[in-house]
Amino acid sequence: MMKGYSKKILEEISTKFPEVSVKIHARRRTYIRVPKDRVYDFAKYLFEEKRFRLATATGIDTRDGMEILYHFSQDAAGTYYTIKTVIPKDDLKIKSLAPFLPAANWIEREMHELLGIDFVGHPNLKPLLTAETWPSCLHPLRRDYADEHKDIKVSKKP
Amino acid sequence: MANAKLWGLKKSPWVFHVAAASCNNCDIEILDILTPRWDVERFGIVLVGSPRHADALLVTGVLNRKSLPRVLRVYEQTPKPCLVIGVGSCTCHPHIFEPSYNVIGPYDKYIPVDVYIPGCPPKPEAIIMGVVKALKRL
Amino acid sequence: MRRIVPIGPYHPLQEEPEFFKLIVEGEKVVDIEINIGYNHRGHEFISPTLTWEQVPFLVERICGICSDSHPYAYVLAVEDCAHIEPPPRAQYIRTIIGELERIHSHYLWFGLAGHFIGYNTVWMWVWRYREPLLDIFELIMGNRNHYAINKIGGARRDILPEDYPKIEKYLDLLEKKNAMFTKAIVDDPVIKARLEDVGVLSKEDAIAYGVLGPTARGSGYAIDTRKDDPYDAYDKVDWDMVVFEEGDVLAKAKVRLIECDESIKIVRQCLKDMPNGSIETRVDDIPPGEGIGRHEAPRGEVFHYIRSDGSNMPVRHKVRAPSFMNLASNAIAVKGYSIADAALVLAAIDPCYCCTERTVVYEDGEKRYSGQDLLKLSWEKTETIRRRYRK
Repeated sequence: MMKGYSKKILEEISTKFPEVSVKIHARRRTYIRVPKDRVYDFAKYLFEEKRFRLATATGIDTRDGMEILYHFSQDAAGTYYTIKTVIPKDDLKIKSLAPFLPAANWIEREMHELLGIDFVGHPNLKPLLTAETWPSCLHPLRRDYADEHKDIKVSKKP
Repeated sequence: MANAKLWGLKKSPWVFHVAAASCNNCDIEILDILTPRWDVERFGIVLVGSPRHADALLVTGVLNRKSLPRVLRVYEQTPKPCLVIGVGSCTCHPHIFEPSYNVIGPYDKYIPVDVYIPGCPPKPEAIIMGVVKALKRL
Repeated sequence: MRRIVPIGPYHPLQEEPEFFKLIVEGEKVVDIEINIGYNHRGHEFISPTLTWEQVPFLVERICGICSDSHPYAYVLAVEDCAHIEPPPRAQYIRTIIGELERIHSHYLWFGLAGHFIGYNTVWMWVWRYREPLLDIFELIMGNRNHYAINKIGGARRDILPEDYPKIEKYLDLLEKKNAMFTKAIVDDPVIKARLEDVGVLSKEDAIAYGVLGPTARGSGYAIDTRKDDPYDAYDKVDWDMVVFEEGDVLAKAKVRLIECDESIKIVRQCLKDMPNGSIETRVDDIPPGEGIGRHEAPRGEVFHYIRSDGSNMPVRHKVRAPSFMNLASNAIAVKGYSIADAALVLAAIDPCYCCTERTVVYEDGEKRYSGQDLLKLSWEKTETIRRRYRK
């Protein structure tokens, strides 16, 4: 099989989800822009019907809003199909993928604590990486975070 | 009595290895000095499983907010007098990790360090030399 | 009656701090709670403060064992964003070092696994044969670990032709010893009884949790970045992917040992076919855009994503190490086994917590096991099995 994106798969996606827009960056890297409320169904389609693997998800704080990228891998063709979606900063909520994808569990927990995105329906949104004494309202990867950690006292007790 | 304890420590120090937020390279080099190429067990240096049996603490890795209370607890449990030997450049100063929100100041702000062994990672020969220098100071 | 057995954070079985709470009923583990964060240093926060060329020196210190994998994936991500193609000689050099690192990492795991089950001789022997490899790294690149061979657009140092015979000599020695170790694992009835059918992870669970590397290939889930998405010299040489179906600790151990043989094959072919020429291309700037780079580290697929806005620093750098995905699968793999086995199962995924958290107990339970107690439990189980075979 030729290693690279499949025109057939892209056509199926465009027919089933006409509101998405596809950008081809390289032979094995495609980026698909999806509106926020269609992400759950689209991700479910990619995982359950197309048997793609969720590699990870990235959250980026941009001028237009909080952007989330879900990176799905089609291993047989060595191609990444990345779903891109933008969430407005005054309503940081999106439906969690964890109910049908156990792999998304820790990935979403990490994004929640470092960026403050609320994943609706996630079974356990507790902090994963930061210390117990770290204030939960502080999100270090946000653009408006400067060096507030300098003011947080170091605790000698757990 | 105190002299007997120090004599025991000098001749055959039992070490406990504590890693804070380490990348593990220094930890692997510490385990390396037990392997046949350097074999420090013939000098009586033994890696023990509990801080309560230790004469010296080998600390590695940079300190972060979550691991600090645990490192302090281990230090409290080690019977004094004990030597604290900082292995690796991370114990001297956080260096490249300093801008991070989770990484906190150098070790000697929280526990007294007797010997620093710089290097990233320090070679096993350097670690042995560091331990010997620490023992000679007693 | 349920008891809680904490393992960690300073546990001599694992090199790195982490906290597992095993909930046991009698002798069997029924549930596990994993608590990490002792190693979180915030690499994703530090990367945007460095320039593109400085980042490899930061990311190689994510992990000391797989210290070549992270710069490799990062460099591939930047080259993807900017559409840079490194020269052939650099591609072969990067492949050779990537494979030599795989051998060193698998041997490290193998030695520690031997120590956990009570075969200290295995530990000493295997680590003894790791030493000449670290000497070769020092000869070529100047440091035993943290050698920073990868650079955007090529390799930082060259492997000189007069060093090829030294590498070949080491590979000859390693082939013989690897055959001996593989035979020891596969033929020894005590090791087999200790590792077989322990910590089984089914293929469906492996797919649902998205596990990677030898953990996946030991459960019949045949994914390998070097075959799926070939880069550098991996599609120019001849080698096979190693897959076993059983999903237990023995299958994962066999995958790692036989992969060392395949790595030796790859390195030999690369040395033979090494092209001449320069080891770097000129890189002027990184255009605005994004890039994804992936490399098959010894533990699985390492994933790096970068976004650029045309300046000389990354806007966003996302790192995902394979142990992040593999660790979560421990919740399934450890249930139903005894405490003596649980410690072995947790170590079988070859956890690298420093990679997992890049960006370390004490719970008052009823009976508390110390690290030495758990090691003793594991050794006692091996001794029981050995006595059975002596009769």
